[in-house]
Amino acid sequence: MPRIRRELYNKEICACSIFGAMNRDGERFTGKGVMKAIANMHVRGNGLGGGFAAYGIYPEYKDYYAFHLMFTGNSPEAKRSAKIGFDAFLCENFDVVSDDEIPHSDEVVVSDPPLIWRYYVLPRKQGEEALLSDEDYIVKMVMHVNTKIENAHVFSSGKNMGCFKGVGYPEDIGEYFMLDKLYSAYTWTVHGRFPTNTQAWWGGAHPFSLLNTTVVHNGEISSYGTNRWYLEMYGYACTLQTDTEVIAYAVDLLMRRQSIPIEIVAKILAPPIWNSIDRMDEKEKKLLTTLRMVYGSLLMNGPFAIIIGQTGKMIGLTDRIRLRPITAATRGEMFYLSSEEASIRLISPVLDSVWTPNGGEPVVGELNNMRTVL
Amino acid sequence: MKSFVFPEFQIIRDEEKCGQCRGCERQCSFGTHTYDPLTDRLISDDYKCAGCQRCVIFCPKDAIVVRPTQSFYRPNASWSREKIEDLKKQAETGGVILTGCGNDKPFRIYWDHIVLNASQVTNPSIDPLREPMELRTFLGAKPDLMDIDFKGGDVEIKTKISPHLMVETPILFSAMSYGAISYNAFKSLATASKQFGTLFNTGEGGLPRELRAEFGGNAIVQVASGRYGIDAEYLNCAAAVEIKVGQGAKPGIGGHLPGEKVSQSVAETRMIPVGTDAISPAPHHDIYSIEDLSMLIHALKEATNYEKPVSVKIAAVHNVAAIASGIVRAGADIIAIDGLRGGTGAAPKAIRDNVGIPIELAISALDMRLKNEGIRNRCSIVAAGGLRSSSDIIKAIALGADAVYIGTAALIAMGCTLCQKCNTGKCNWGLCTQDPRLSGRLNTEIATKRLTNLLNAWSHEIMEMLGGMGINAIESLRGNRDHLRGIGLYEWELEVLGIKGAGQ
Repeated sequence: MPRIRRELYNKEICACSIFGAMNRDGERFTGKGVMKAIANMHVRGNGLGGGFAAYGIYPEYKDYYAFHLMFTGNSPEAKRSAKIGFDAFLCENFDVVSDDEIPHSDEVVVSDPPLIWRYYVLPRKQGEEALLSDEDYIVKMVMHVNTKIENAHVFSSGKNMGCFKGVGYPEDIGEYFMLDKLYSAYTWTVHGRFPTNTQAWWGGAHPFSLLNTTVVHNGEISSYGTNRWYLEMYGYACTLQTDTEVIAYAVDLLMRRQSIPIEIVAKILAPPIWNSIDRMDEKEKKLLTTLRMVYGSLLMNGPFAIIIGQTGKMIGLTDRIRLRPITAATRGEMFYLSSEEASIRLISPVLDSVWTPNGGEPVVGELNNMRTVL
Repeated sequence: MKSFVFPEFQIIRDEEKCGQCRGCERQCSFGTHTYDPLTDRLISDDYKCAGCQRCVIFCPKDAIVVRPTQSFYRPNASWSREKIEDLKKQAETGGVILTGCGNDKPFRIYWDHIVLNASQVTNPSIDPLREPMELRTFLGAKPDLMDIDFKGGDVEIKTKISPHLMVETPILFSAMSYGAISYNAFKSLATASKQFGTLFNTGEGGLPRELRAEFGGNAIVQVASGRYGIDAEYLNCAAAVEIKVGQGAKPGIGGHLPGEKVSQSVAETRMIPVGTDAISPAPHHDIYSIEDLSMLIHALKEATNYEKPVSVKIAAVHNVAAIASGIVRAGADIIAIDGLRGGTGAAPKAIRDNVGIPIELAISALDMRLKNEGIRNRCSIVAAGGLRSSSDIIKAIALGADAVYIGTAALIAMGCTLCQKCNTGKCNWGLCTQDPRLSGRLNTEIATKRLTNLLNAWSHEIMEMLGGMGINAIESLRGNRDHLRGIGLYEWELEVLGIKGAGQ
């Protein structure tokens, strides 16, 4: 997407807590447990952002793209008028199957909530756009909305999944959206945020998502400028003022568009150091050298621990020198990832295995049978 | 005709200290110092002094001081001393004023208006003495997409990757031809690049045959408009081939090596008769359009069996970004851009001082242009022209360069004092001369050591600054303008640089 004007979006910096739980049999469970787990890491956030990604929550609409929209503005009228502007765009480019305001609890006090709406849609491609795949079309439209339509932000755009996020502690956001009552998912990922340099806004909370990929992230990407420009060449507009966004887009570019498996993607985002590469056998050395050479601009530098959610998958990854560790654990069919082991123990005191993966080494939880959720 | 130009420098000799050893007399190729046996005194002729400080540094008694002359014309903001004297010289000679080195005019030096970031709290700064810190850089065209084949855990890359150059630090030695610089200086650059794992550029004067086997792997060989010294072996012994279209010190004109500098060995290397002027034309006579350039790029790729990246070097001029974008589309793997302050062995002063744009702006404009067009992957950018320190280099990379060329800085490391007399061929430091008595002064072992020391020192400093920013691989800084802020710049300048003002 060509950038004509100079638009210098702010990068924000945060320290955070992340948590993920997945049932590898595809059995769905409510958000109650993960809310309890993230609440246990309350002090890792500062109430300026919390959010959830949930997979498998819309089985009745599983063939449609579920758009979650935020309409911001200073007054209810402004929010509604932002929605009117967006609706016109939506009806032009999509067939809307159903829509509703995302239910929320008025008992929970959150600061300045935007109008949050949900649409189930199918792409209506016209003219040359017919050449695009559905997914590329969605990406294009999401980028359009987020860069061109004022006060409207698409923050979730996948099938049979959704993100819920806002300004507040994650457990409060969970209650605000009533995640413990209204939704059950086979994978939940959660984020509690401690931003250190930007004013909080609802769109800036994690997870960041594009299509079915969501990312929750703890850390700071010091290569943000480099990553962002690289991704912009491929049509990804980074507008949400957060470095985590680039991870979501990088994962989309590499895994969806270029069909590279996570094991290789991990070697792109967090590659081994040259000293190690130089000692590998010829074949591996050639592979890793080529990957670093070609995808050097996607190396995520600086400290990070991330949980990537995808349909049927939950992936944990840390930076290559493990400045932000992550803990992984399993119990039966349950697979957990967390900033702290204590949070996992809180909801599952007995575990089959617990470990701290090495820097740059992905841990992947996959559904035993993908068909259970498709 | 009596010259009305008074001397530039004043030589002050402490007669108490002077031991009449006549060292200064031997050191000065310009004949500044002479011994008068009658008075047993050394007499210095200020008119001849180039201000190169050779005699000062080599005087065993520290008896000499050379400083700008005290004489002055009546001060005049418009008619500076330089303007008056240049005019006088031309009135006396009727010629074009030639000079050496780079533009010395007070154009804004953007490096000095840009500050770097460092990590605090949320992002730990990294200590390069304890943690890995990587400067390894690859230069060449990268594919947009990679076709990777997986078969049962076995990974194979199916995309054919264009040839790349690998350097251990993003600092390369800029094009300085054998002929412009001495054999010893040339060989020192070659040796230092080999020892350090980086590259040197032969310039347009060919690569002496006896150096090809040993240093070819670290050489970028140039193909310039004069086509000096080019044969199949020259192209194929090298790591890469560079088509020189322009040079920052003299955009729009060709090279000029005076016949006095064309010695037997220079003549053999350049494949021209001894003592003839080597004047390369302003344009390549087979490149009158971008299509022609594309043909030459591909001809060189054919000649080297598509095994070597082809670079195109242009001077940073007004439309550098658009021109370079065309060059990328024409098939170049590397774009070298040389800015306003790039050096030269000889150039008309009027051109050196007035043509071209600062490299800082050119790097940023080019990087942004290629990104906007979505073709930044298809080439690497090597920036040259006025990089003076490791901090300039790191800023160049953050503005979008993949690596930099250093020319003047390398010469200074070997002894150059920027006296700007390169065109005379009388370099007292043995750098820009073919006089065996002078070039013999440059000890290749010592010069090589000074060069590798410089690379080492700058690489360490770059690592320290990178670590401070919380980055442990140089590729994560490339085009990462978030780590830069401007101070004292106008809005349009910030816009061209793509950076925010400090505090923003």
